[in-house]
Amino acid sequence: MLAELPVFFILVGLVAYTALAGADFGAGFWTLVAGHGRAGRTAAREHARHAMGPVWEANHVWLIFILVVCWTAYPVAFASITSTLAAPLLLAVIGIILRGAAYALRGQLEAARDRRATERLFALSSLLTPFALGTVVGSIATGRVPPGNAQGDPVTSWLNPTSIVLGVLAVATSAYLAAVYLAADAHRAGERALQLDFRARALRAGVCTGVLALISLSVVQVDAGAFGSRLTAGGGLAMVVVSAAGGLGTLVLVWLGRFEPARVSAALAVAAIIVGWAVAQQPWILPGLTIREAAAERSTLLAVTVVVAIGAIVLVPSLLLLFALHLSGRFDGGAVVRELASTPTGQDTAGGKPTRLTVAATVACLGLGAVLLVFTESVAAHVIAIACLSGGALATFFHVSTLPVAGD
Amino acid sequence: MAAASGGFGPVDQQYLFEARQMQALSLAVHIPLVCFGIAFPPMVLFAEWRYLRTGDVVYRLLARRWSKVMLALFAVGVVTGTILSFEFGMLWPGFMASFGNVFGLGFTLEGFSFFIEAIFIGIYVYGWDRLTPWRHFASGIPVVLAGVTGALFVIAVNGWMNHPSGFRLEDGRAVDVHPWSALFGNVYFWHEFVHMYLAGYVVAGFLLAGSYAWGFLRGRWGRYERAALTIVLSAAAIAAPLQAVIGDWVAREVAVGQPVKLAALEGLGQSTAGAPEHLLGWYDGQRVVGGIEVPRMLSLLAFHDPNATVTGLSSVPVTDQPPVNVVRFAFQSMVGIGTLLALLGALYLYVRLRRGRLPRSRWFYRGLVAAGPLSVVALIAGWITTEVGRQPWVVYGVMRTSGAVTGAAGIPVGYGTLIVVYAALAILVGWLLRRLRRVPLEGDSRVLEGRGRVG
Repeated sequence: MLAELPVFFILVGLVAYTALAGADFGAGFWTLVAGHGRAGRTAAREHARHAMGPVWEANHVWLIFILVVCWTAYPVAFASITSTLAAPLLLAVIGIILRGAAYALRGQLEAARDRRATERLFALSSLLTPFALGTVVGSIATGRVPPGNAQGDPVTSWLNPTSIVLGVLAVATSAYLAAVYLAADAHRAGERALQLDFRARALRAGVCTGVLALISLSVVQVDAGAFGSRLTAGGGLAMVVVSAAGGLGTLVLVWLGRFEPARVSAALAVAAIIVGWAVAQQPWILPGLTIREAAAERSTLLAVTVVVAIGAIVLVPSLLLLFALHLSGRFDGGAVVRELASTPTGQDTAGGKPTRLTVAATVACLGLGAVLLVFTESVAAHVIAIACLSGGALATFFHVSTLPVAGD
Repeated sequence: MAAASGGFGPVDQQYLFEARQMQALSLAVHIPLVCFGIAFPPMVLFAEWRYLRTGDVVYRLLARRWSKVMLALFAVGVVTGTILSFEFGMLWPGFMASFGNVFGLGFTLEGFSFFIEAIFIGIYVYGWDRLTPWRHFASGIPVVLAGVTGALFVIAVNGWMNHPSGFRLEDGRAVDVHPWSALFGNVYFWHEFVHMYLAGYVVAGFLLAGSYAWGFLRGRWGRYERAALTIVLSAAAIAAPLQAVIGDWVAREVAVGQPVKLAALEGLGQSTAGAPEHLLGWYDGQRVVGGIEVPRMLSLLAFHDPNATVTGLSSVPVTDQPPVNVVRFAFQSMVGIGTLLALLGALYLYVRLRRGRLPRSRWFYRGLVAAGPLSVVALIAGWITTEVGRQPWVVYGVMRTSGAVTGAAGIPVGYGTLIVVYAALAILVGWLLRRLRRVPLEGDSRVLEGRGRVG
């Protein structure tokens, strides 16, 4: 049980990463291919860029979460996957670099002269990462990553029918998710033309994704019989059906203009297919290596579980707060809160002249800290030393930085 | 010794050096951004706190503009950090496979810090005008705390690599693992953490101060710029001299915990009683030649006893010694630059405290412009000192770097690609930092009516 628990954490991370960051990549896709539509190409692009908004970083951290849980709980599997699949992972990394740069620089992009070229480059990165990560999933699912240091084929491990078709499916899924979310965002913002545009895009992308999903299923049957048959039987099949229902349901909801529930059903479709993959693959993590065998020792698994449990207590309310603010439109539009009521006085209440006692205490603190740190060996003395130095440094900082900044 | 089960024994990798370079490049790009992750949020919050206390809108403008740059730098840091996570597995599968279960917990903890940082940095930066002033201020506090804990957890892993414990080796694999005590029962990492945390303020502070000093030399010297410079330079000026005290502590910990690393820092060939310290010079395989010798200084500094015996490099076989001149040059660069920065900081503090104003000399501001990039050089040199000084081990005394490297071909291709992408990224970040010196955002221009006025 303890050995499988981190798989569950990784799956939660994968679902969140695909449903949230996947849509961020998909938004990049739409900046590349969005046609003119009702609202115009520029409006569509700006809307897509805006959607990355305050949640891009948090969405991206799910990937880090997946990686760290994987290498802590299943170190051999992690090392086998990353060493064999170094090539697609490098492609994913390049996409992530460019996507991150596009996010960090989006303010400047608006002002840049040669903006189109830069924007295209960044948008291409949105295709690269989902595709590359899709091929990685295909490699693992079809057992092309043997345990060991770069033991798999460096090319065919990720350039094979299943990997390629899953890579394309990942791109399509990102675009589909993004179109649904962007339609919902436009709906919330009351942008009628954008809403209709992205509704149409979501419907088209949804149909394409559905067709691609069917193609993927048949390719997997041919290319990876054992995995394929487990995916179309029992628990695997149940998840495929749930995913299909989620995808179709989303199409209907988008058609009806019910965008907020469509967000949920679209995410559900993604979650179901990822769980389906896990169900069809278990108990194997890699060929000849079961999850149980790959798992770290009990002490490590216990530590990871405790950390994730405690972390979740902090993380879940924080995430809920972020998304509540984001999805309620609180971060859109103009100011809703007035500035501080007090009038600027120019008077500095903090930067008074410190008393002799304060100065003496600060100097004594710094001196004592330095002496303890340099001339003692014990841990306790060092703790006191660091506390003294920190206190002294803070007091000095507050004094130095709050003195009036009179000019010449 | 390093043979791990599951096909993770040492491999014949002709591009080990390139793999190390690739990892070093990625770290060198990431670490300066970490400094901003550590030190920028407290500075932004301090500016906002000043606004809340005084109602002076200059501080509000300052906090707002800084927070946007902070978010962008954080985004780039998220990306460069992700690259590191991938590279650990792509380049060093032997290390990850054998010891991921021991040190991985540190990164799991760091992952949560990172989450909190990412969530609240979003709320903080997008929450201007949308949260009540004090709530907005409060939303920045988790960012500051996560900056502390994030650095703490990652350095805990580095401390473990330099001073491994909390496991037993069986057929090259870690068994009987105690991840908590391995990471946090390890006294070796505290000095590294304090040293790095302070470096965050030195680097971020001097880089930002350098940008305003550049403005000063170009005649941009309104109230806004003076207020900005005062905050960032005060932080750097206090951190830089303190760093000298901390550095002394670090060196003594290294003397005890990693005597061969200390010998490499100092170029000490033979174990010597009353060992001298050399400034500059070159290690010729036996001793330092062409340097300035300070008799007994090394023994005095490392053990507080002018006659103490300091372990030399020859205490271990040549194959277990780090590349001495690289480590020594890096160490001396860090100490040299650190000393200059401490002096510059002390000068600022003197003028500020005794005369109650900012320095006026143009030479001081020219010095500040140089101090920014120099502080980054010192930062990287410091990491080279500790990381190259750890060689040839990835886990000190337990696993060689050559036993950790990937068996995959194509390392030079990956390295070349990364160089190109990073070069592009560097240009973009340079572009970004230039924003700081531009005129404040539109809509805030009324604040600038106070420009040039005595505050």
